[in-house]
Amino acid sequence: LSLWSDEWPLRSATPTPSPLVPDKIEDELEMTMVCHRPEGLEQLEAQTNFTKRELQVLYRGFKNECPSGVVNEETFKQIYAQFFPHGDASMYAHYLFHAFDTTQTGSVKFEDFVTALSILLRGTVHEKLRWTFNLYDINKDGYINKEEMMDIVKAIYDMMGKYTYPVLKEDTPRQHVDVFFQKMDKNKDGIVTLDEFLESCQEDDNIMRSLQLFQNVM
Amino acid sequence: MAAGVAAWLPFARAAAIGWMPVANCPMPLAPADKSKRQDELIVLNVSGRRFQTWRTTLERYPDTLLGSTEKEFFFNEDTKEYFFDRDPEVFRCVLNFYRTGKLHYPRYECISAYDEELAFYGILPEIIGDCCYEEYKDRKRENAERLMDDNDSENNQESMPSLSFRQTMWRAFENPHTSTLALVFYYVTGFFIAVSVITNVVETVPCGTVPGSKELPCGERYSVAFFCLDTACVMIFTVEYLLRLFAAPSRYRFIRSVMSIIDVVAIMPYYIGLVMTNNEDVSGAFVTLRVFRVFRIFKFSRHSQGLRILGYTLKSCASELGFLLFSLTMAIIIFATVMFYAEKGSSASKFTSIPASFWYTIVTMTTLGYGDMVPKTIAGKIFGSICSLSGVLVIALPVPVIVSNFSRIYHQNQRADKRRAQKKARLARIRVAKTGSSNAYLHSKRNGLLTEALELMGTPEEEHMGKTTSLIESQHHHLLHCLEKTTNHEFIDEQMFEQNCMESSMQNYPSTRSPSLSSHPGLTTTCCSRRSKKTTHLPNSNLPATRLRSMQELSTIHIQGSEQPSLTTSRSSLNLKADDGLRPNCKTSQITTAIISIPTPPALTPEGESRPAPASPGPNTNIPSIASNVVKVSAL
Repeated sequence: LSLWSDEWPLRSATPTPSPLVPDKIEDELEMTMVCHRPEGLEQLEAQTNFTKRELQVLYRGFKNECPSGVVNEETFKQIYAQFFPHGDASMYAHYLFHAFDTTQTGSVKFEDFVTALSILLRGTVHEKLRWTFNLYDINKDGYINKEEMMDIVKAIYDMMGKYTYPVLKEDTPRQHVDVFFQKMDKNKDGIVTLDEFLESCQEDDNIMRSLQLFQNVM
Repeated sequence: MAAGVAAWLPFARAAAIGWMPVANCPMPLAPADKSKRQDELIVLNVSGRRFQTWRTTLERYPDTLLGSTEKEFFFNEDTKEYFFDRDPEVFRCVLNFYRTGKLHYPRYECISAYDEELAFYGILPEIIGDCCYEEYKDRKRENAERLMDDNDSENNQESMPSLSFRQTMWRAFENPHTSTLALVFYYVTGFFIAVSVITNVVETVPCGTVPGSKELPCGERYSVAFFCLDTACVMIFTVEYLLRLFAAPSRYRFIRSVMSIIDVVAIMPYYIGLVMTNNEDVSGAFVTLRVFRVFRIFKFSRHSQGLRILGYTLKSCASELGFLLFSLTMAIIIFATVMFYAEKGSSASKFTSIPASFWYTIVTMTTLGYGDMVPKTIAGKIFGSICSLSGVLVIALPVPVIVSNFSRIYHQNQRADKRRAQKKARLARIRVAKTGSSNAYLHSKRNGLLTEALELMGTPEEEHMGKTTSLIESQHHHLLHCLEKTTNHEFIDEQMFEQNCMESSMQNYPSTRSPSLSSHPGLTTTCCSRRSKKTTHLPNSNLPATRLRSMQELSTIHIQGSEQPSLTTSRSSLNLKADDGLRPNCKTSQITTAIISIPTPPALTPEGESRPAPASPGPNTNIPSIASNVVKVSAL
């Protein structure tokens, strides 16, 4: 009854969302599939480049944060943000999530997670570059244009936060994108295709070396 | 960084591949995972009860007993397990903290025993999760109060910091228990309020007859006495009001407050009366003003907490009261109309009009039943009984709501202050945890630079440098370092950022590459005031590095991380801060290498040259110059 609402500060605490009411579509999904179990360990071992032990460690960590077996975008963002306390990692996490979520369902299962990790950590250079291209290609149309790259680079700079040395200027991301396009866009048509990207990256020693950096992560 | 999230670090690092094509600079090397142990189960025997967990679970929190090497002290070689002679019940909570990242407080546990256990395991109680934190804090406060009651409370009186006169006065007014003077004042004002109220009441009592005239009220019989009493009370009230006004922290707010208005209304009639006694026309109005003297009774609300709460309740229940009034009005109008038309027929009916019936309806609905107006017709009687029955219902419904409101508000008032204090502390806690994480990276960055530079020197004793960070932490920091390299910007903390902003707006030093100091005296004087205290080296340190190298001379090199040569250029204040940061970690960083002096140049006296160990955290262009500053040491 609206008659009995009053504005006294003690009563009107911030309304805690009732656990029964789903806030977003993803929560609803999470509620309907109570628990998603991944495929068997042998199958995953065959599909990915990880050993059984590594898969076990990965799954334990995954299940700890997402007991329901799938991770939605909100949880994903929260987890990723914990690694970057200085700035705002939500945009980059958003693009990452959509790169992980290959079927665009809005939730990432353990199999998707592990498949992507397998590529990133144990895949060939070609596969890694292709994955990265997919990450940059936000609308998944097969080409990277300047706006998409601008979004990605802006998201990366957002993770730095405010307190940096030297001070972040407004057009630093734009300059960065221009340098990138100069390097990558071979025929100067304003978009980067997969072949151009692969070719340019393979020419650059720095990039090649840095791709091998996380070889021993697991 | 939360414990469970540490398991996602491999994923975060893998995702960093997305930055690689964008980056323009080479990435730093990844920290080597030297201890390639397989994850093993360890057994923790706590007073006979065995717990088992993975080793990596415990290592999530390296600054606790179980997460650090301190637990090796408790290792039992014979049984190959860790034995702790402590309470297994509390250990359950402690172990769950490692597993889930949340520390819970079991309600059945004694608060001091729990605190002791937490202190033993090196866990800060502030980490207790939100679900259990309030309970924990409440119990802790009760315990602290119990302890305080045992001690003498008289110490509190002397230990107060010196407040200004105004502040002490305000405190005395608000808390009468702070000093005896305040208590006296409190009781005196209370007494005079009571006297004033009683005076007002007794004034109107008929006081016995003066022979020859009608009965007089006491007020007119002893008017002088009453006038004196009234004057005395008003004096006291005026003085009190003025004192409060003087002591109030914000006078404007004080004037607007309810209590102050009551004070003013209580004493104004007297003064108005003083001013206007001569004017006959207004004296009628003046008499009415005396009604306002009854407001003095509200001054008691300063003396009674319950009265204040009642006032708050009424204010907050305004909607319920409004509803009560509204529904009553509706019912009154309905029944009055009905009764009027029902009784219209009967002769000599008192129900002359609908408004006249209002009185009957009100008296009936509140079950008063004065009997001055009664229905005579049968229809009237029927409707009259319906009216009284419904009256009970209509009034009974909102009243319990108001009553329960009062009770709830009364108890909540007690708890409101508690909650407010807790909230501030918890927000501060969360803030500290967040900045702690980012500060940890900056801190270890400086350590890491020291370690890198030493590795350039070829010294094997890295373990002595700084504190050993866990593998997870070093990997996390490597990740942040990669991000810095990708964007070509660095993380710094807030103060340095502000300093840089100020500096960049102030001056524009030409950044030189030459390491020679002599051409830039200005730089030293402005920025090196602190450095001069630290320098212990001889004046020959101004020699450029190239010259030294060309002489092929080796000298004793004392590497103190705190020494920063004036050789590096831009942003010297940044370097200064780096010095401060390095200082506490580099106590053991003195390395003395062998001396061979080739006696070619006689001019050089043996010098204790201080060389910079850490690279300055400046732009990349400085790094080659630093490398050139490092003196080559040949083995003997």
